[in-house]
Amino acid sequence: MSLTVQQALKLAAAGAVALSIAACASQPKPTPLASTGGTGQGETPYTPPGTAGPVTEQQSAAIPGSAQDFVVNVGDRIYFDFDAFDIRADAQPILAKQAAWLSRYPAVQVRIEGNCDERGTREYNFALGARRANSVREFLISHGVDAARITTVSYGKERPLDPGDDEDALAKNRNAHTDITQGAR
Amino acid sequence: MPALKRLAAAVVLIAACAALAPTARADISVDVNQGVLQPMPIAIPAFGGPQGPEIAKVVENDLVGSGLFRPMDASLFLERSLDVNTVPQFALWKQINAQALLDGQTTTDADGRLHVSFRLWDVYAASPNALLGFQYSSTPDNWRRLAHKIADAVYERLTGEKGYFDTRVVFVAESGPKIKRIRRLAIMDQDGANPSYITDGAYQIFTPRFSANDQEITFMALRDSGASIYLFNIQTGRQETLGQFKGMVFAPRFSPDGTKVALSIEKDGNTDIYVMDLRSRQVRRLTTDPGIDTSPSFSPDGAQIVFNSDRSGGPQLYVMNADGSGQHRISFGEGRYTTPVWSPKGDMIAFTKQTGGSFHIGVMSADGSNERLLTTSYLDEGPTWAPNGRVLMFSRESAGSGARLWTVDVTGRVTRAAAFPGGASDPAWSPLLP
Repeated sequence: MSLTVQQALKLAAAGAVALSIAACASQPKPTPLASTGGTGQGETPYTPPGTAGPVTEQQSAAIPGSAQDFVVNVGDRIYFDFDAFDIRADAQPILAKQAAWLSRYPAVQVRIEGNCDERGTREYNFALGARRANSVREFLISHGVDAARITTVSYGKERPLDPGDDEDALAKNRNAHTDITQGAR
Repeated sequence: MPALKRLAAAVVLIAACAALAPTARADISVDVNQGVLQPMPIAIPAFGGPQGPEIAKVVENDLVGSGLFRPMDASLFLERSLDVNTVPQFALWKQINAQALLDGQTTTDADGRLHVSFRLWDVYAASPNALLGFQYSSTPDNWRRLAHKIADAVYERLTGEKGYFDTRVVFVAESGPKIKRIRRLAIMDQDGANPSYITDGAYQIFTPRFSANDQEITFMALRDSGASIYLFNIQTGRQETLGQFKGMVFAPRFSPDGTKVALSIEKDGNTDIYVMDLRSRQVRRLTTDPGIDTSPSFSPDGAQIVFNSDRSGGPQLYVMNADGSGQHRISFGEGRYTTPVWSPKGDMIAFTKQTGGSFHIGVMSADGSNERLLTTSYLDEGPTWAPNGRVLMFSRESAGSGARLWTVDVTGRVTRAAAFPGGASDPAWSPLLP
């Protein structure tokens, strides 16, 4: 079995996630964990392209412009209220960061995936998920992202993040996920 | 006790006599509209001949599953050597409080075909004429269908309504964890026998629907990149897509004549209902409202479509003419109404209703009046009508567990888990098989 470059990068990125989770868990400490990356700018999300060194297992900072950079440093998911598709106030800064990041990396293409909780019927939820995905799409377009770089899909209630049925789980499952399909480093 | 039973029989008799007044013939019958009827005790001794006992069991299971009939313990039977060609000793059947008696015999002919003769008797009429006497034949491997045909004939004779036992159900077989559910297209007999899988689970399948002929189905497939609608011929295995759509496409359903598919297409977040002519592949838009318009279902005459829209706020039910004109709301109750399905008889519309923390399967008259909720659970959804319009199948999910198939009759009196043993959802009932 041989790994493609993409797969290898994904594996390396997975290592980075594990490390960044550890970093989150220890956040209460006054001094954040220092990055072991070559730039010494571990927590700075927008490292200009080209300055990052080669990926090694020791590196915790995602390569700027990578899918991992997007997930960890920007945020790839926003959440919605029950049966609602308007962008909540707490989601707007995240989407603004998504738009800025996408402007910085113009080769990136994204797919916005709308998701719903299970407290609705299947067909209605496909429609609701499409509304959510489109809300994100419109936000990104209004913040300067070319519409041609964005596709949308609705997974309705069929791909929950959290298998639970309490309100926390349901709230988690009402989301729109911005998935990078192409062009990331 | 026998006197009481007799009385119950008499009540049923009156209803039957009213209907049959001109002939004034004493007759047993089962009133399918009665909400509190005692199921009719029917004795079904093992049929004689090859596969006879198995056939009798399947007939009994069908009839009992309708909730209108009560099986009788064979160890109580006093007349042991029945012969389809002679009149039973009614006194012996009265003694054990049987009201109907079904008696049958199988034979295999020189060509290897299996023949089943059967007689249905009214124990209390004590008439030398059977209510029903037929012979069906088929290849021996088709013995279950012979049994279902007998059950349909008995059901029709005793209820006055068409049967629904010689039918199949397409559905989605579910497996795997909730966050990564495998959803395969599957088909089984109405009673859960002969389940088989049509797709391998490489992509998720939703909402399969039968055409008015029993061979063609349409369904939605969901991949990471988007949705598509397929036509699939069960007999030939031929599968084709209905084309590429830019946005989401879902909720397909055939017109009653099978020449069109109504479906939902989403553009820029707005979902509307369209109808595609299957020959020309021309798509015509029926709704233009900025709300969600989905789950279209044709009336059996093809003239109207009931659908789900949240144009007035929450999701409610609407009816329009098949060309999109005359859109009007028919549901006005509190709660959220979705997945309307027009009854094959045309008189009722079944739906899913969400109130507070519960989901219900309900029915209403086609004009929206006479709403009745038949079920309640954490999550009931997606009813499909048996072809006689008397029974609905739907999927039910309890909190924290997967979906299963259930049935409920239109009175709401008889709710049962359907026979498929595994996770399953999105059932669609076939027409009666030819």
